[in-house]
Amino acid sequence: MGVPIECTNLRKTYDGKVEAVRGLSLRIETGECFGLLGPNGAGKTTTIEILEGLLAPTSGSVRIFGHAWNDNPRQLREWIGISLQETRLSEKLSVRETINLFASFYDQPRSAGEVLDDLQLTEKAESWVGKLSGGQKQRLAVATALVGNPRILFLDEPTTGLDPQSRRQLWEIIRRFQKKGGTVLLTTHYMDEAERLCDRLAIVDHGEIIAEGTPADLIDRLGGHHVVEFQVADNASASANGERTGEKSAWSTLPGVESVRNEDHAICLNVREPHLTIPALLEAVNRQGHQLEHLSTRQASLEDVFVQLTGRHLRED
Amino acid sequence: MATETTTPQPSAPQPSNGDTVPAPSERKPQRSGRWSGYRYLLWVRLLELKREPEIVFWVFGFPLLLSLGLGIAFREKPADKTSVVVIAGASAEKTLAQLSGNDKRSAIHAVVMERDAALKAFHYGKFDVVVEPKADGSYEFYYDPARPESVYARLFVVDTLEAAVGRIDKLQVVSSASSEPGSRYIDFLIPGLIGMSLMNSGMWGVGFSLVDMRQRKLLKRFLATPMRRSDFLLAVMSSRLVLMVIEVGLLLVFGMLVFHMPVAGAFVSLAVLGSIGAIAFGGVGLLTACRAQKVESVSGLINVVMMPMWIFSGVFFSYEHFPAKALPFIKALPLTALNDALRAIILEGASLSSQSVRLLILALWGGVSFALALRWFRWT
Repeated sequence: MGVPIECTNLRKTYDGKVEAVRGLSLRIETGECFGLLGPNGAGKTTTIEILEGLLAPTSGSVRIFGHAWNDNPRQLREWIGISLQETRLSEKLSVRETINLFASFYDQPRSAGEVLDDLQLTEKAESWVGKLSGGQKQRLAVATALVGNPRILFLDEPTTGLDPQSRRQLWEIIRRFQKKGGTVLLTTHYMDEAERLCDRLAIVDHGEIIAEGTPADLIDRLGGHHVVEFQVADNASASANGERTGEKSAWSTLPGVESVRNEDHAICLNVREPHLTIPALLEAVNRQGHQLEHLSTRQASLEDVFVQLTGRHLRED
Repeated sequence: MATETTTPQPSAPQPSNGDTVPAPSERKPQRSGRWSGYRYLLWVRLLELKREPEIVFWVFGFPLLLSLGLGIAFREKPADKTSVVVIAGASAEKTLAQLSGNDKRSAIHAVVMERDAALKAFHYGKFDVVVEPKADGSYEFYYDPARPESVYARLFVVDTLEAAVGRIDKLQVVSSASSEPGSRYIDFLIPGLIGMSLMNSGMWGVGFSLVDMRQRKLLKRFLATPMRRSDFLLAVMSSRLVLMVIEVGLLLVFGMLVFHMPVAGAFVSLAVLGSIGAIAFGGVGLLTACRAQKVESVSGLINVVMMPMWIFSGVFFSYEHFPAKALPFIKALPLTALNDALRAIILEGASLSSQSVRLLILALWGGVSFALALRWFRWT
């Protein structure tokens, strides 16, 4: 059996104008949880729907276990489970009826009872879908994807709009599926979700992959695993921009600093060893006669990777 | 239908309460039958309908209420009295006596009024005709040739006055009133309501519900499963047939029990005709809904499609009143064909084969719509 998901040079152009996906290639191995991380409008949903066989690409090829979508779509559909970004399931059916309905489409479905247990929906089995909370609805959406006993699970923004507890519940469910040998492809614009859940991920922006690797890899590429963020008093920020740029280069010579960037009024340093950088930083601020207004250190995240690659935040409005 | 053991069974939901450990038989991977998807889709459609009280009312209750209301309104209504106003003058009282006679059941209701008031009341439609007795014994009539009851009133008043002054009739005429079951308005109405109800629920039940599912991305979600598209459409059409039996049955039984409507034709013929009608309108509904993205836009479309048939297809009154040139077009409408065939079978006991042209019209509407709809249908 071939690679679960493979695509080369995918392009999708809407109405001959809007290029939603611009030459995207991926290869996702068995048992992997792979994430497409990117801001809204980056082309994640278009990409995943092409891989799911719901959209035809303008050009490029898709292989699911080595098969193209035209070969035998019904067989491919038996192998995959899908949760779309927004599906409003029928409100006047019960949870069990909904799962049974989806089960009836598959050749060898799992039993509704088993899926209900798996997704912690047993208590709600006889409730109408319309009465469920957002988290329960989302779990039901994943249940309809899992009831066919798929080998690949496609999840488009599975936790968008959910409370933290519901998100963690879903992450658990996805991990359990993975442990049983399933392959997962999900899209998200939450960096913490990508970091915790995904074995590998691709950062997507403007329809292209701008970085790909394990979360640790990607953060490694920043140079430092830590971020020192600080702000100096007004007499510095009041001065002209030119001087600040001069400052920026001054910061980069501090010990252990890998890169520097300005963010609003703060300055962010990616550093390897904060215990070396921070004393030197304090000394430099003192020497310049500035006042330190704020100083914090944190672990570098995918957000920092994204900002460094694009100059924008993931969730900019 | 597939005969091997299938899971899950629509009619027998699995036991659920508290039993968290799946029974051994549940664990064993079982294969779904070829038709499990179809059976479930059909089952779920009927289930959802049952749980939607508004739909149940509009599909089943509304036509019944309509037939009840109209049936009562037209059932025991006494013959309209012709209302006449006599302009006050020397011989006004005498004319009044001649018109009203001594008979309490007289078909004329006459009053005397001053000239201006009389004409004003006539113009407001309070009276059908104005009679002015002249001094020389002649009469002057004011009537409105555009109002049938006014035209009739003039003739009737002349006839009554002639008779009152001793006219001798040269013709012997015997009249018998026709209000036997089978020829009353309610007997005309109920087949029309059956036809209209099949059209309504075909258009809304298929058209509206499909666009709703498309808008909710549920069609797209189904498409992401191995569900056969043909099974889905088949389930939609089958649910129409199930509902057709209930709709037609309810109205027929209602008409027979409440209004003693005679059903002259065979029930088998009605079942076949009802099925063809339900599927024809299901096809038209499918075509109407094949591309619309929003329920608001499909609602407008459905009304545009149905409006001409409400007016022209003879639901509430005969379409023979329309200009002769329009009749071929009117008769080509699916609802006209359905209503005419329903009336022929229910009221005249016609056979199915005698209705073959109308059945063909219905089948063509259904078949062509269905074919076009399949071609243009959007799942997303």
